[in-house]
Amino acid sequence: MKKIVMGLLILLIGLQSCTSQKKNDTATATNKTISDLSIYNLPSQWTTQDNKNIEMKDLKGKVLVMVMIYTSCKSACPRLVADMRHIEERIPENLKDKVQLVLVSIDPTVDTPKRLKDFSIENKMDNNQWLFLRSSEENTREFAAVLAVNYKKISPMDFSHSNIISVFNADGELAFQQEGLGVSYDETVNKITEEAEKLN
Amino acid sequence: MVLKYKITLVFYAVLFMATSLIAQEKGMVTIKRGTYVPLYGTSDKKPVEVSTFKIDVYPVTNEEYVNFLKKNPQYSRSKIKGLFADKSYLSHWKSDFDYAPGKNNAPATNVSWFAAKKYCECQGKRLPTMDEWEYVAMADEKRIDARTKEEYNKYILSWYEKSKTYNNPIGKTFKNYWGVYDMHGLVWEWTSDFNSIMLSGESRKDKDSDKNLFCGSGSVNASDLMNYAAFMRYAFRGSLKASYTTRNLGFRCAKDLKK
Repeated sequence: MKKIVMGLLILLIGLQSCTSQKKNDTATATNKTISDLSIYNLPSQWTTQDNKNIEMKDLKGKVLVMVMIYTSCKSACPRLVADMRHIEERIPENLKDKVQLVLVSIDPTVDTPKRLKDFSIENKMDNNQWLFLRSSEENTREFAAVLAVNYKKISPMDFSHSNIISVFNADGELAFQQEGLGVSYDETVNKITEEAEKLN
Repeated sequence: MVLKYKITLVFYAVLFMATSLIAQEKGMVTIKRGTYVPLYGTSDKKPVEVSTFKIDVYPVTNEEYVNFLKKNPQYSRSKIKGLFADKSYLSHWKSDFDYAPGKNNAPATNVSWFAAKKYCECQGKRLPTMDEWEYVAMADEKRIDARTKEEYNKYILSWYEKSKTYNNPIGKTFKNYWGVYDMHGLVWEWTSDFNSIMLSGESRKDKDSDKNLFCGSGSVNASDLMNYAAFMRYAFRGSLKASYTTRNLGFRCAKDLKK
C-alpha cells in the first residue's frame, strides 16, 4: 500500500512540475565553470554528420566558427560555405587543431546526417576540422536565437536567412560576428587566431 | 484505520492535483483551423494554413510569473544567465520574487524570449507561432478577420500611441471572436518564431533586398501595405533578440490540440 501511495504521489508530482527542470539543475551543479554567456549552457542535443549525438558543451575547449545553412540552398549558402572554407584556409597551420568549424542546418527535415555527410564530401569539408549539426526544429530555432540568426521557410524548398558567421571563444562566449555576404573576413580570421593563440 | 486515512489522503491528493491540472487548461480557448494571408513570410502571397490549436485567453500575469520563478529560481532576476536574458530582465520588480504591489494582474513584462519559452514549457504549453498569433489577432469582437475594417486598424494604431498600457490589468480590452483578450491594447507579445522576420534595411547589414542576400529571397512582400499596424508588429519583432527584455513586451502560451 505504502508503495502505491508513494508511486501515485511521485507520478502526480511528476505531472505537475516541468520536466527538464531537474536535468537542468544537475547540469548547473556539475558545470559551475561554464560562464553566464556561454553557449555551453544550452541543453539541446545535436546529431553530427557521422550520426553521433552531442551537446554544445562537448565542443568545449576549442574556438568555434559557426554558420547556419541548409544544404539544398542554391543562392546565398554556397557563398557562406565558400566563406567558411576561405576562413579555414587562412587559419595558421599550428592553430588548426584549436579551431572547430561548425555548420548548423536550419532544415533538419531534409538535412539528415547522411545528407550532411554527402554535403561535406561534395564540398571537401570532410576532415576533422569540420562539424555538421542538426537537431529538432525547436532546438534549431533556439540556437538561431542565440546566434541572432533569423530564418524563415518561405516555400517547400527554400528558406530566407541572415548571413552571419559567428566566432566563439573556448569558453563558448561569442567573440565576433561577421554579417552579410561578400564582406572581408580579415577581422574574422584575426579574431579566430587571437582566441586560438590563447590556448597555446 | 491508518490505511483508511492514507486512502483518504491519496483521494484528496488526486482530487487536488486533478483540479489544478484542469485549471491550467481553463484559461485557454480553442482556435479553429483556417487560412490567412500574412503581411510577410510567403513568397507567393498564398494563404498560410493555421491548424487548430489552443491559446491562453490572457497574457501571463505577474502573479503567474512569480509562481513559475519560485519553482524555477534559476530564472529569477539575480540567477538567470546572461545568455538567456539581458540586464533589464524584470528590472522594474522590487526583488527576485516581488513585483510592485497591486500589480498581480498586470501582464508580466521585461521577460526575455528564453524565459517566456521556459515558462510555457513548464505549463505543458509552448509559445504561439507568429502565424498563430497574427491569426488570432486579426479578429475583432464579431469577425475572424477584421483587418480590412478601418475602425479596427484605427483602434490598434491608437493603442500604439498610448503609453504605459503595460500597467493595466489583463482582460480590460475587448473580447475577440475567439474569446481571447488583450491581443491589442495591453502589451506586445513574444512568438516562438519571432526571429523569422527578414526585413531589409533593419539592424543587419543586409541593407538592400538584393537577391544575393537571402536564399530564395522575395521574403519581403507586403501583401497589404495598408495594414500599417501589422507592419509595426513585424518590424518590432524583427528588431528583437532572444535575450532582449522591454517594459511593453509580455507573452501568452499556446498548445497543440491533443491528437
